[in-house]
Amino acid sequence: MTWKQMFTSSVGKKLIMGFTGLFLILFLIVHVSLNAFIWANDGGVMFNQGAHFMGSTVVPRILEIGLFLGIILHIVQGYMLESQNRKARGKVKYAVSYGNKGSKWYSRSMALLGTIILLFLIVHISHFWLPNRSHQGFLLGEEINLYQTMKEVFSNIWVVLVYVLSCISLGYHLAHGFQSAFRTLGVHNKKYNTMLTSIGYCFSIVISLAFALMPISFYLGWIQ
Amino acid sequence: MEHYNMNLNLKVWRQKNSKTKGEFKMYRVENISSEMSFLEMFDVLNERLIEEGDDPIAFDHDCREGICGMCSMYIDGKPHGPWQGNTTCQLHMRAFKDGDTIVVEPWRANSFPVIKDLVVDRTAFDRIIQAGGYISVNTGNAVDGNALPINKNMADASFAAAMCIGCGACVAACKNSSAMLFLSAKVSHLALLPQGEPERKSRVLDMVAQMDKEGFGSCTNTGACEATCPKEISISYIAKLNNEYLCAGLTTE
Repeated sequence: MTWKQMFTSSVGKKLIMGFTGLFLILFLIVHVSLNAFIWANDGGVMFNQGAHFMGSTVVPRILEIGLFLGIILHIVQGYMLESQNRKARGKVKYAVSYGNKGSKWYSRSMALLGTIILLFLIVHISHFWLPNRSHQGFLLGEEINLYQTMKEVFSNIWVVLVYVLSCISLGYHLAHGFQSAFRTLGVHNKKYNTMLTSIGYCFSIVISLAFALMPISFYLGWIQ
Repeated sequence: MEHYNMNLNLKVWRQKNSKTKGEFKMYRVENISSEMSFLEMFDVLNERLIEEGDDPIAFDHDCREGICGMCSMYIDGKPHGPWQGNTTCQLHMRAFKDGDTIVVEPWRANSFPVIKDLVVDRTAFDRIIQAGGYISVNTGNAVDGNALPINKNMADASFAAAMCIGCGACVAACKNSSAMLFLSAKVSHLALLPQGEPERKSRVLDMVAQMDKEGFGSCTNTGACEATCPKEISISYIAKLNNEYLCAGLTTE
């Protein structure tokens, strides 16, 4: 069996979703930990140092390329799978749907939740990553005060609401995705599956809550 | 349990053949005993339709004792009806009460085209089995009993997978029309036994390839299949299948 055959079958495509999904989960841990520097409440000194380190050091910049490739692969493969799965279902729908009797709504809505996260990513990257990276080192000179940018962006209630809603979508996406990724990669021991499901729920609540609290903290003036 | 009779309204999918478009038709059935099976209720209705000169409703059935996997109705939003771990033929009318309206549909999946009314073509499953659901044994004298030691837990796990009757309820329940619960049961049942060892790698790769050829969707681990399976096959067999696939894919040339 060639590599191509292995990763283009229906199971192989899911393996790619699982691998990239877990990789993105690792990224979320790094992202939320670094961003938590805002709660040092030191006017952004520690946070800006962290932001400077991530933007001006070679290893994070190389990892960043991997991150973008991982995100793009996860998105493209995800949409391809969704379209194939819809085709497999056929044109005639059930008059009475099985609904929540057999599965949780968010496990059936991964593509929808993922689309909300994708739309959010476009907004999020244009808020912070683009203006920040474009001023770091090689393009437009002077590095911007990222902490100040956050403060300005999160002074708008609508932006805060969009961020909070996106964090909720992320939470549900992770609630299913975390344990599903391990199953897809072949963890079949029930002892581990039960443990991973619980860790997945805790992880999705902690991550989405921590991210959602960032814009809220700025908007309500908890941090200056 | 007390016996009672009931009158019911049935909303049944009628379709002449795979080429034509189908539609729902309403039927009234009266004096149905609570001790009848769901299929016997259909028999009563069909007798009447034949007497009236109408076309009887086509539906699959064979053993009528829950072990052959032929019956296949999607009843009120769940394959095999409202009871857990149960086939349509073992569903009894005491699951319903007087005046109920019951919606009966065929399995819906591109790979299971409707042949007529509630009968769908499930030969895709046969072709998946043919692709790898076998073991090689030398013919000759019968082997002594217990010549091959097998761990009791492994034998039990293998038997739990072998319970699959290939009815297709997992496909019918899955939002992706994925056949992974069926496939994982068939692959695991042989992979867990020493007799299945010689073809262990080629089996999983060939059967996945055949499943893809038949046009079934991918598994997204929603768990709808496990919830509906009349033989209560565990979804952890799907993870086991993924494991088999990954190991075989990485180690074959």
